[in-house]
Amino acid sequence: MEKVLTKMVGIENSRNIDVYLKSGGYQALPKALKMTPDQLVGMMKDAGVRGRGGAGFPTGMKWSFLPKDNPNPRYLLCNADESEPGTCKDRVLMEEDPHQVIEGLAISSFAIQAHTCYIYIRGEYVNGAQVLNKAIQEAYDKGYLGKNILGSGFDLDITVHRGAGAYICGEETGLIESLEGKRGWPRIKPPFPAVYGVFGSPTIVNNVETLVTPVHIINRGIQWWKDNEPKLYCMSGHLNRPGVFEAKIGINLKDLIYGDDYSQGIAKGRKLKAVIPGGSSVPVLKADECDVAMDFDALAKAGSALGSAGCMVMDETTCMVNALWNLIKFYAHESCGQCTPCREGGHWMEMVLGRIETGRGRMEDLDLMLETANNIAGRTICPLGDALAWPIAGMPDKNKGGDLSGNSFVTKFRDEFEYHITNKKCKVTIPHEWN
Amino acid sequence: MALEFNAEYKKQVDWTLSRYPKKEAAMLPVLHLAQYQFGYISTEVMELVAKTLDVPVSRVQDVVTFYSMFREQPVGKYHIQVCHTLACAINGGAQVVKYLEEKCGVKANEGISADGKFSILRVECLGSCSTSPMMQVNDDYYENLTKARIDELVEKWKKE
Ligand SMILES: Cc1cc2nc3c(=O)[nH]c(=O)nc-3n(C[C@H](O)[C@H](O)[C@H](O)COP(=O)(O)O)c2cc1C
Ligand code: SF4
Ligand code: FES
Repeated sequence: MEKVLTKMVGIENSRNIDVYLKSGGYQALPKALKMTPDQLVGMMKDAGVRGRGGAGFPTGMKWSFLPKDNPNPRYLLCNADESEPGTCKDRVLMEEDPHQVIEGLAISSFAIQAHTCYIYIRGEYVNGAQVLNKAIQEAYDKGYLGKNILGSGFDLDITVHRGAGAYICGEETGLIESLEGKRGWPRIKPPFPAVYGVFGSPTIVNNVETLVTPVHIINRGIQWWKDNEPKLYCMSGHLNRPGVFEAKIGINLKDLIYGDDYSQGIAKGRKLKAVIPGGSSVPVLKADECDVAMDFDALAKAGSALGSAGCMVMDETTCMVNALWNLIKFYAHESCGQCTPCREGGHWMEMVLGRIETGRGRMEDLDLMLETANNIAGRTICPLGDALAWPIAGMPDKNKGGDLSGNSFVTKFRDEFEYHITNKKCKVTIPHEWN
Repeated sequence: MALEFNAEYKKQVDWTLSRYPKKEAAMLPVLHLAQYQFGYISTEVMELVAKTLDVPVSRVQDVVTFYSMFREQPVGKYHIQVCHTLACAINGGAQVVKYLEEKCGVKANEGISADGKFSILRVECLGSCSTSPMMQVNDDYYENLTKARIDELVEKWKKE
């Protein structure tokens, strides 16, 4: 398949503006500047682009929520926080092809009529921030950023803003608070950022990968996009060839795991046990549920979600009690502490899971955990509370009228939890050695 | 005496401030610059940042304590942060920590080695899951870690 999003990966000096120009870069921007902002928003709607950050929200629709009569300046915030466990795709775009990102940001800023754009990049991506800064300088020097871009009369400033180590700053309102120089405490919505965002102004927050899509829709057309929609998939875990792969959206998960062009199967000839297909916040799939198309609708139908397309693959050496404990520790650590159910519930469930994993669990713990998780989900300011509860209690399943029971670690692998409790040891007996 | 940014950092601070409509929004970038110059965020550094941004020191402290990258204590010359979240954990994250502890002569989350060279932290997902197990040392990522690679790196750092 022809690579579109990752075309520049592996090309010498791919980050250099001249190399980008030679490969057809910055051809979409002048075309966009000749369109009207409304036409661009319409283009995103017609192409059916959905957000790549996690929630899959339709991008054109989000852009059209900006109020027409608000006198305050508008802002575009590029969400490069990339901290959902399993997710490592935006890094590839930023580090290998920063000009594609800048071109996408310039087009998107024009579409929403923002003259200021911040790239909120996770603090640990020091290299990514440096690469972007250098590329932004090149773009200013060549007139793709700054005042009166390409003679269009449109002005745009882009600034890279480094976070400082907090998962919650990936949540859009936590990101906004953090950008304002505060703790990344998510805000209660409404008001939504489109109406009242950063500095009290109308604001659009989109993921890096979402914001590069208009480059390719302009270059190749809406119909091409609909027929070939490219998507990045982050393959991690027990694989022969883990990595970030570009494929047509809707590729079968089995092809990503076993395909020659992708991850080439489970490492050491072992058996597949489970996959978290869309970043740690989405429901786990059992091995026999992995014959599924990796797109928003098919995964929702399978009782999971595409999320951030961070696909964590676990083989038969993985203890599911330990895996769940690991994830819950993550959420407990990353809770911002504003809501009691999330702050207290996280640590409490971490403790109970630790008890089960180390052979001190009681059978009542399982139902107690399910009940606690159910008391967290839906009762917090931001979805981190849900992400903490769902791996235990299950995500509301639309196919079953919102039923919570079917798709969690505890419900799908209950036998392993019970085995731990009854036998005070792990059901998995094959050890996983490091190198 | 109150601390000041040196000339090179002062230039960067001024440029940073010019990129935001409100001074306070430069909080994280200015704290990063301060941590690069002073090594960690002491009370005096917080006072400097507060003065730079025209905010009370308590506002700076509020932020410093929230974000894991800002540290209030010195760290080793090689500050090693090992990811222990799921994708790394199932590929040997814990063994990497143990191996590093032995090689560097310091336990994770327990300060600096006697020679001042190393400190080790377990941290959450660093967004490099498909190259697990991995670690960050100062600003740089080291990915697909093996024992041989760690041997090579630690030996080199011990000599420097
Ligand atoms: C706890 C939490 C963490 C999130 N982390 C990220 C992230 O690291 N990167 C990202 O793009 N979106 C993240 N999101 C989703 C954002 O809130 C937001 O929906 C997204 O940036 C919108 O962009 P999109 O419409 O292009 O997907 C997170 C959401 C939550 C609740
Ligand atoms: S749900 Fe958790 S992370 Fe989200 S706002 Fe509440 S306490 Fe913070
Ligand atoms: S799980 Fe280790 S980098 Fe993501």
